[in-house]
Amino acid sequence: MAEKKTIDARGTYCPGPLMELIAGMKMASVGDELEVLSTDEGSAKDIPEWINKVGHQVVSTTEANGTWHVVVRKMK
Amino acid sequence: MSSSKINIMVVTGSRERLQMAAMVASVGAVSGSEVTVFLSMNALPYFVKGHDAAAPAEGEFGRLMEKKNVPAFKELFQKAVELGDAKIYPCSMAMDVLAAKREDLEPYLGEPLGLTKFLSDATEGQIWSF
Repeated sequence: MAEKKTIDARGTYCPGPLMELIAGMKMASVGDELEVLSTDEGSAKDIPEWINKVGHQVVSTTEANGTWHVVVRKMK
Repeated sequence: MSSSKINIMVVTGSRERLQMAAMVASVGAVSGSEVTVFLSMNALPYFVKGHDAAAPAEGEFGRLMEKKNVPAFKELFQKAVELGDAKIYPCSMAMDVLAAKREDLEPYLGEPLGLTKFLSDATEGQIWSF
């Protein structure tokens, strides 16, 4: 059963949220979704870039009240 | 995944440059590049265990970074090793000048490396210096 995990990286700056996501990815199983919360807009752009480069999947990127929610799925 | 090589020489003691070097090392390493970092001159003392002094800012941006929750450069270098398998080598000359032994340095650093070896390993790939 795939799980969904939230990584709260609010308040830090690039590449902090990306590094926290990658640490979370290492612990996750293939098929799991991870949602990164970030107040850093640069990270909201950079995380999908990294996800596409290494071959995972971006599920959605949304912004609400100054917080970006980037949802990704571990593919391998 | 790219299999490119990124070679980074760090000699500065300034906050902005150490930060940028750590960002290139960590993001490069977790994005599939083979990253090698060579620490010498004013950069190496920050990697002696117990060296907690903050790196001085070069300009306004560095002073601003201090007030914000920017990831610490040493933490990013460590993540480059742990998450991206980067190799970080202390310069053997700088260790001699500092009279530092391998065990005096942070444990995520590799064995001391000479400039000749770094240069010969760096004949392929990108070279960045900070």
